[in-house]
Amino acid sequence: MSRIKNTFDALQARGKKALIPFVTAGFPRLDLTVPVMHALVEAGADIIELGVPFSDPMADGPTIQRSSEKALANGMNLRKVLEAVANFRADNSETPVVLMGYANPIEAMGLETFAKAALDAGVDGVLVVDYPPEESEAFARAMLDQSMDPIFLLAPTSTPARFEQVGRLAHGYVYYVSLKGVTGSGQLNIAEVAARIPEIRAVVGLPVGVGFGIRDAATAAQMAQVADAVVVGSRIIEELEKSPAGEELARVEALVRELRRGVDSVGSPT
Amino acid sequence: MQNYNLPDDRGHFGPYGGVFVAETLIAALGELQRAYAAAQADPAFQAEFEYELKHYVGRPSPIYHAKRLSEKLGGAQIYLKREDLNHTGAHKVNNCIGQALLAKRMGKPRVIAETGAGQHGVATATVAARYGFECVVYMGSEDVKRQAANVYRMKLLGATVVPVESGSKTLKDALNEAMRDWVTNIENTFYIIGTVAGPHPYPAMVRDFQTVIGKECLTQMPEMLGRQPDAVIAAVGGGSNAIGIFHPYIPYESVKLIGVEAAGEGIETGRHAAPLTANAKVGVLHGNRTYLMQDEDGQIIETHSISAGLDYPGVGPEHAWLKDSGRAEYVAATDAEALQAFHDLCRFEGIIPALESSHALAHAMKLAPSLPRDQVLLVNLSGRGDKDMHTVAEKSGIQF
Repeated sequence: MSRIKNTFDALQARGKKALIPFVTAGFPRLDLTVPVMHALVEAGADIIELGVPFSDPMADGPTIQRSSEKALANGMNLRKVLEAVANFRADNSETPVVLMGYANPIEAMGLETFAKAALDAGVDGVLVVDYPPEESEAFARAMLDQSMDPIFLLAPTSTPARFEQVGRLAHGYVYYVSLKGVTGSGQLNIAEVAARIPEIRAVVGLPVGVGFGIRDAATAAQMAQVADAVVVGSRIIEELEKSPAGEELARVEALVRELRRGVDSVGSPT
Repeated sequence: MQNYNLPDDRGHFGPYGGVFVAETLIAALGELQRAYAAAQADPAFQAEFEYELKHYVGRPSPIYHAKRLSEKLGGAQIYLKREDLNHTGAHKVNNCIGQALLAKRMGKPRVIAETGAGQHGVATATVAARYGFECVVYMGSEDVKRQAANVYRMKLLGATVVPVESGSKTLKDALNEAMRDWVTNIENTFYIIGTVAGPHPYPAMVRDFQTVIGKECLTQMPEMLGRQPDAVIAAVGGGSNAIGIFHPYIPYESVKLIGVEAAGEGIETGRHAAPLTANAKVGVLHGNRTYLMQDEDGQIIETHSISAGLDYPGVGPEHAWLKDSGRAEYVAATDAEALQAFHDLCRFEGIIPALESSHALAHAMKLAPSLPRDQVLLVNLSGRGDKDMHTVAEKSGIQF
C-alpha cells in the first residue's frame, strides 16, 4: 500500500484536504534541501513534491526556472536528489515524497535503474512533466514494477477522452493544472476548476490535486473547497528567493503554515 | 526505402520523434494536427502555397554549376541548389509561408517564433507582415548581440523581438520561451517552428513544406545533365534544409545523402554542435526524442559553432532515424573548414554563402578532389551570407 494512498485515506477519514508544497531540490543551497523538506512537514505539508532540476524546464515559469538554474549551478543532479530523499527518510518514514521533473535526466540514468534507486531512496511517486500518457507506457510500467505511483497532469484543455487515457496509467493522485500556461502565472479561475474536478474524479478514480497559481491562504482555501489536494510551488520558491540567508527555514515554515490554515478552513468533517 | 512513409500517426520515426510535452500543450498540438491534415487534403490550400512560393518567394530556385570551384578542386562537379536566392535570403521562408497559411486557415491572429541566427525570425516577421499577423520573436540575448542587423530587420517588418535571458541565452532558450508563450496564449496564437524538431506534427509538417527544395531538384537535375546527382549534401542544425532536399531523394537509392553538422572547434574538443556525428546519447528535449548534446546527468550542454543557425544541441528526429537506418550519412565540418569554404565560394563563384551552408560546401570540397570528374555533388546552398559579414570580418581581424 503506497504512502500516498494512505495519506489521502487518512485525510479523508478526518475530513481534511491535502497540502502539497513543491520545492526545487538544491535550491537555494544543496545543504538546505533536506532541512527545507523537514520544515515543510513541520508546517503542515501532507506530501512533498521535490523538483528535479533540468536545464530546459519548458513547462515552468521564470520563478521555477531560476530555481532550477541555481540548483544546477549548485551542483544538484538526479543522483543527489535521491540521496536527499534517503537522508530525509532517515528522520521521516511517513510523509510521501513525489519527484517532479523532466524526462531527460531520468532517461540518462535509465528508466529501470532510476526506478530501483528511487524506491531504495524512499520516493513514493514520480511526475515527469514531458511524459504525457501516450509516451508513458514504459515509464508507468517501470514505476509500478517498483510499487511507486506514476503521477500525471491534466489541464483545462484536456478532453474527457484524455481523462480516461490518464486514468488507465495514473496512480496516487492526478495533478490538475488550474491555469492554462506555465507554473507561477497569473489569475486563477475557481469556477472553472470547481466544475472540472468532479468530472475528473469520476473518470480517473483518484484524488485530484490542483496547482499552478495558488499564492496565499485565501486562494488555497478556495481550491481546497473543490479539490482533494492543493499544490503550491512558485510562491514557495519566491519565499526562499527573498529570504535572507539563515532565515529560509523560518520563512518557508511561516508561509506553509498560512497555506495550511487556508486549506484547513474548509472540509470540516461531514 | 521505396515505401518510406514515416512518421507514424503519433509522430514516431522509429524510436525518435513523438509528443513529449506537458499536458497543457496536448490539445493545441491535436488541433494543429487536425488542421494540417485537412489543409494537406485541400487542393485549394496546396494551390495557394504553390502560388505564394512562385510569386512571393520567387521559386523555383535555380541549380547552378559551380564550374570554377569544381575546376579548382580538380575532381567531382559541384552543383548548388540556390535557396540563397529566395525572398529573405534562405530556405526558411518556404516553411514560414506554409505555416502562415495554416495559421490563417485556423483563424489565429498572432504568430510567434524562436530564432537563433535570426533567419527564421526574419522569415516569420516577413510572412506576418505579408498576412497581417501580430508577430513576436524570441531570441537568446547572446544571439541578439551577435545578430544586430537581423534584429533590426525584424523590427522593420513590424515584429516584436524579445531577448531571452535564461539558460545559455541562445536558440534552445528562445525555443523554451516561445513554448511558454504558446502554452499561455494558445487560443489566439500560432507557433511557427523553424526547424524539423519539436513535438509532432512539427517535424513532419516543416519537412513537408521544405520538400519543395528536393522536388525541384528531382526535375532540375535531369533537365540540366540528364540524370540525378551522385550525392546530395546539406548542412544540419535542426535539419530543415537538409530534410527538405533529402526527403524526395530517399527512394533514389543510388543517390547518397550526406548531412553536415557543425564540428565547431573540433569533435574531439567537445566544443561542437554535432550530436549525430559524435554519436551523442539519445534523449528527450523540446517535445521529441532524438540524439542530444548532454552531460552524464542528462542536462543539455552548451553547443559551439561559428554559425548561430547550427548552434543547437538536438537534431530533427527524422535525421536520427535516417542515421540509424543508414540511408543518410552524417559528418561534420569545423568552424575553420566552413570559413575556408565561405571565402572560396566568394572568390571563385561570386556567391556569398551563409555560414550554415558553408558547412555543407566545406564537406563537398573535401570530397570532390578524390572523386572522378563525372561525379556530381549537389549542395544545398540554404542561405546567403550577408547576415554573417560581421562574424567573418571579426575572424579575419577586420572591424567596421
